[in-house]
Amino acid sequence: MKIFAFIQIDDGVVNRLSVETLTGAQKLAAATNGSVTAVVFGAVPDDLKTYKVKEILNVQAAELEDYSPLYYIEALSRIISSESPDTVVFGHTYQVRDWVPRLSARLKLPFLVDCIGFKTDDNFTVTRQISQGKINADMAFENPSLISFQSGAFRADEVESGTAEVRAIALDLSAVPGTIRPGEKYQQARGSVDLSHAKVIVSVGRGIGKEENIPLVKELADALSAELGCSRPVVDYGWLPHERQVGSSGQTVSPKLYLALGISGAIQHQVGMKGADTIVAINKDENAPIFEIADIGIVADLFEIVPKLTESIKAKK
Amino acid sequence: MKSCVLIKQVPDGDSPVVIADDQVSLKGEGITWTTNETDGYALEEALLLKEAHGGEVVVCTIGKDSALQVVKDALAKGADRGIFITDPKFDNLDSFGKAAIFAQVLKDENFDLIFSGLQSDNSSNAQTGLILAEFLGTSHATMVIGTEWIDESRIKVNRELEAGWFRWTELDFPASLTIQSGINKPRYASLRGIMLMKKKPIATVTAEDLAMDEIPALSHIKKLYVPRKTKETVFISGSPEEIVTQLTDKLENEIKVL
Ligand SMILES: Cc1cc2nc3c(=O)[nH]c(=O)nc-3n(C[C@H](O)[C@H](O)[C@H](O)COP(=O)(O)OP(=O)(O)OC[C@H]3O[C@@H](n4cnc5c(N)ncnc54)[C@H](O)[C@@H]3O)c2cc1C
Ligand SMILES: Nc1ncnc2c1ncn2[C@@H]1O[C@H](COP(=O)(O)O)[C@@H](O)[C@H]1O
Repeated sequence: MKIFAFIQIDDGVVNRLSVETLTGAQKLAAATNGSVTAVVFGAVPDDLKTYKVKEILNVQAAELEDYSPLYYIEALSRIISSESPDTVVFGHTYQVRDWVPRLSARLKLPFLVDCIGFKTDDNFTVTRQISQGKINADMAFENPSLISFQSGAFRADEVESGTAEVRAIALDLSAVPGTIRPGEKYQQARGSVDLSHAKVIVSVGRGIGKEENIPLVKELADALSAELGCSRPVVDYGWLPHERQVGSSGQTVSPKLYLALGISGAIQHQVGMKGADTIVAINKDENAPIFEIADIGIVADLFEIVPKLTESIKAKK
Repeated sequence: MKSCVLIKQVPDGDSPVVIADDQVSLKGEGITWTTNETDGYALEEALLLKEAHGGEVVVCTIGKDSALQVVKDALAKGADRGIFITDPKFDNLDSFGKAAIFAQVLKDENFDLIFSGLQSDNSSNAQTGLILAEFLGTSHATMVIGTEWIDESRIKVNRELEAGWFRWTELDFPASLTIQSGINKPRYASLRGIMLMKKKPIATVTAEDLAMDEIPALSHIKKLYVPRKTKETVFISGSPEEIVTQLTDKLENEIKVL
């Protein structure tokens, strides 16, 4: 299979998810006796040249220096039309979410998003999660295809190294309409809470039910001398400030203990906390995806456990 | 300003998720249906913009009979009219097929803004709004977490990026926006809203009304299955007292955080 791997460059650095995806592309090439071509817009970072690929296709145009969706779509659309890959793989980054679906529509190609793996035994299929990670779906489709892989689907440290020649292609993108005009990126002012260095985090999800119940977990956190963390809905509802949100659009944490209370364990939450040494999860649903990554699981109503746990810990001190 | 909001009906988080005998669909029994979470935020944003700058908010769904409810709920919250697209032929569409139908139904409405959720809670394809943007030739932005109206032809949107980064982006109308959760605080329907809803128009569209011979499909589910657990999780069970005793012991002696 002729595989193209799109490599996202963020401020001159290869996006980590793109490296993971390159690992996936190499595995797919090995399984199908195929080849991997890395596709890069703008300058090619040196570290990309150390990975094993057939070649690096360097697409050049002034408009591609900084991300802007319509230029990206037009550029890759032309590359796909002229180079005819069987599949193009991407890391499922926020940026990819912003342009690849539209590229797929332009070329009438299937776009299988947020996949966790592929199979080549029978036909080429990919696996994606549906119903909030509770069900896997093997998806069938016609090639050529566009596929994005979820964070953690493949390992960046398993990428094969080698050397690669760079082939440059210059494109004239001056005809692309300027109806979308991205401004400067900015980072939200850092709050006073730094969860990234916390040793113990007690984290609360939508299972807490209402704002009035937050003190319950705050007391547990205090008893454990822990920081309080949370999932996205808790911030969306205004129950805790954004600086306590753990996940892809919040903080990434790696405590000794992460105690997840009423958190389902969506992938966007997992990417922020799966680096914890020990994960303890309390959830009333035995099928909650959080138990996929928990070291210690408790299937129970958190309201029956948390107050007693707080007392029990206080008694130890 | 004329806005459309795409609203999908999905099973709520507590509904049972059971694979049907055909192994390519989920059982419908025991499901409580609700409005897709981010679509609720999308509707609220459309209503806020209408209240500030005037215009009309139309809500549109593709779904089975039960999905009429999400249209009614949106009308009760303040949307002006609904479009209910329903036909047995429209079950099990992929994003491309759904967007093709939306494009066909909405193309002559000339909306300035089309709102959708950034992804649906059940299928999580996160594509419908963008494919539609391509079909209708609009500008677009995804993961919108803030909007700022500029004038009759432009809007500024704040896009959420990873890890606490953001980016304002200016768009020409017409524009398709996919909305991220937390952008606003969705309202509840008032009693008056529910009364008013009953008089608001809902147009029903079936396959026959659409001049589409075939709904395109680019992918399909080959097999559904429950994921196999890869991690050895130690489960603690028993009465709450027993659980707490065991857990405290582990916190003290194994994880050593006490
Ligand atoms: C682009 C994008 C970015 C995102 N970024 C983030 C992010 O940074 N961080 C993040 O967290 N999410 C993020 N999300 C949202 C994510 O997909 C999930 O929607 C979210 O993590 C769910 O939060 P939750 O687990 O608290 O809620 P739910 O998924 O609703 O889960 C609640 C859980 O509580 C359990 N429960 C309910 N009552 C009880 C009880 N009494 N006792 C015990 N258990 C109970 C339920 O069984 C359920 O498993 C993002 C989504 C997208 C699309
Ligand atoms: N059947 C549908 N009816 C109405 N809106 C939909 C439908 N399917 C998808 N959408 C819209 O598209 C968004 C993304 O859905 P999806 O591409 O399925 O993840 C949803 O949040 C809705 O706003």
